[in-house]
Amino acid sequence: MPDLLPEIQEIFRDIFDDPSLVITRDSNASTVEDWDSLAHVNLVTAIEKRYKIRFALGELQELKNVGDMIDLIQEKLASK
Amino acid sequence: MLQVQRPSTMNPSSYSLNELLIKRRGLRRQFLTLHGLKDIRIAILGGTTTNELVDLLEVLLLQSGFRPTFFQTEYGRYYEDAVLQPDEIVAFKPDIAYVHTCSLNIRSFPPPSCTENQLLEYIEAEIARFRAIWRSLGERIGCQIIQNNFELPAQAVLGNLDAVSAGGATRFVSELNRQIAAEAAANPRLLMQDLSVIAARIGMDQWFDPERWFSYKIANTVEGTFAIARSLAALVGAIYGRSRKVLILDLDNTLWGGVIGDDGVDRILIGRETPLAEAYTAFQEYCLQLRNRGILLAVCSKNDEGIAQSGFTHPDSVLSLEHFSAFKANWEPKHENILAIAQELNLGTDSFVFVDDNPAERAIVEAQVPGIAVPDVGNEVAKYPSILDAARHFEPVSFGQEDMVRAQFYEENSQRAKLEQKFANYGEYLDSLEMTAEIDVFNATYMERIAQLTNKTNQFNLTTRRYTLAEIQAAAADSKQVGIYGKLTDRFGENGLISIVLGRLEDTDLHLDLWLMSCRVLKRDMEIAMLDGLVERAQQKGAKRLIGYYFPTAKNGMVADHYEKLGFSPVQLDTAIATTWSLDVTNYEPRSRHIKILERTNA
Repeated sequence: MPDLLPEIQEIFRDIFDDPSLVITRDSNASTVEDWDSLAHVNLVTAIEKRYKIRFALGELQELKNVGDMIDLIQEKLASK
Repeated sequence: MLQVQRPSTMNPSSYSLNELLIKRRGLRRQFLTLHGLKDIRIAILGGTTTNELVDLLEVLLLQSGFRPTFFQTEYGRYYEDAVLQPDEIVAFKPDIAYVHTCSLNIRSFPPPSCTENQLLEYIEAEIARFRAIWRSLGERIGCQIIQNNFELPAQAVLGNLDAVSAGGATRFVSELNRQIAAEAAANPRLLMQDLSVIAARIGMDQWFDPERWFSYKIANTVEGTFAIARSLAALVGAIYGRSRKVLILDLDNTLWGGVIGDDGVDRILIGRETPLAEAYTAFQEYCLQLRNRGILLAVCSKNDEGIAQSGFTHPDSVLSLEHFSAFKANWEPKHENILAIAQELNLGTDSFVFVDDNPAERAIVEAQVPGIAVPDVGNEVAKYPSILDAARHFEPVSFGQEDMVRAQFYEENSQRAKLEQKFANYGEYLDSLEMTAEIDVFNATYMERIAQLTNKTNQFNLTTRRYTLAEIQAAAADSKQVGIYGKLTDRFGENGLISIVLGRLEDTDLHLDLWLMSCRVLKRDMEIAMLDGLVERAQQKGAKRLIGYYFPTAKNGMVADHYEKLGFSPVQLDTAIATTWSLDVTNYEPRSRHIKILERTNA
């Protein structure tokens, strides 16, 4: 399965309009400036549309960082 | 002022919603570097979380030439922040307040056992809350208010009976919507956004998103939010007179099927004989409906003129030649013909929409004609009406007598032009027009039209100041301001309310904040009649001098010498931003020679 991190980093760079933003599997809302609750809605919506997936209620609350999020996206893509 | 120039990569309509969601911030940053954007302040009173809506609306408004500043209430505080604690929103001084509520915000639905009489009470209780919001916003701020109606509820526990029974939620929402529409019809400050239709177009199952409601308090899908934002951007544009006025049409395979030069008038597809002919007929009918509500039609076609015109003699043609305000059929490039149409109609190309089945023609016109809208209509005529309709280019905020007869004005104008050629002396021509003018101070009958004119007049406009309805009402009530309008009638008919001057008294100087006139009555000496009317009222208020200002823009070059022609003396000429003029009126004698002034009707 391809590594989604580069794509996810690109999405983060576009959404936060910061071409030098570096995202790792450990990144989370406290390490990325501007990642507040409003930006979070934008991120989730954009990712859902981009990968044509839906996060179920409660799924997102359990994620600790970008790595967890990528794993969840992979899981959903694999079961499509 | 610099023209707004947009690289094609910055056109949000060329982005899918998915791309827009990701690239929004970058687009926003690029747009903000443009010059000539109009600042507007919009307060959003939300029953749901409105940030996503604001994000998308902002990009769409930037694309339409606005630079919006937003104020958002906390989610759900639309009533409290408008009625109980309005200080913050008052201090924000919005130009527009948008009350965005959805059926989830309805406080008390009637119980299933509700009787018809009780239903009336439930309706009144709900509408009273909204009436209080509109009243408070009106009294405390006086801004334009946009209120959306409600989408039908997500569930109908009574099934089909839900729309029938006095205790049905579907019935209740329909009744509320009817009330809101009635309120909007009676209150010019209140515009209704038809959320019910927006949701219906998307489909209720694709509209509601309970997971987003539970997670973020956003009631609908992001597709729903995008549709709301697009409709709202069109409404805001319409409030500021940015709606388009002219539909320019290609002929072959656009208004009829086939190529008339090759096939001949007998063989073109129009009428009821084949499905395709029916589709062209339906599109012509749609165009005629637009004309009947005040949109001008024009033809731009590569054809021989005589052959092109013969298409409208086809017995099944819905449109006929007299429906077109301009007709260009020749072999010159289309963009040149469209620029010629702009001159002929005295309208800017940013008020044009161009429809052509040929993508190459669409591309060159879009590239060469500044500001024109060229919707991608494809080449299937059956889809043209819905594609044009969805683009909302012609969005009106009100529909008045003026709109219905506008196309008529332009027709009469061409008759006047023919008459003009018969006179050696221009004064003689003016006398032959048998003009009478009604010039008077602002009054309630015309407030709406006056505000409308300040927002859509770009050429004969000395200061290009835009006024909301509320600002015009305030000016009319202010004893230190002199605001007059002029209506002009001639032997060919009514020209309607076509000129406005607004001055502000400081000591004995009357500063002219606004002087505008519709180009429909250019060179009729109407400005002289207006000056007479203005001086008379200014003197009554003790004015000894008029001070006029000219602020140059990309469009108002025609009035650079307006004050000079009226005999004003230059006060300040050495700046590119404005020129200032003054006229001593202590010994002013009325000058109007060719226009009879009607006695004041409401002194």
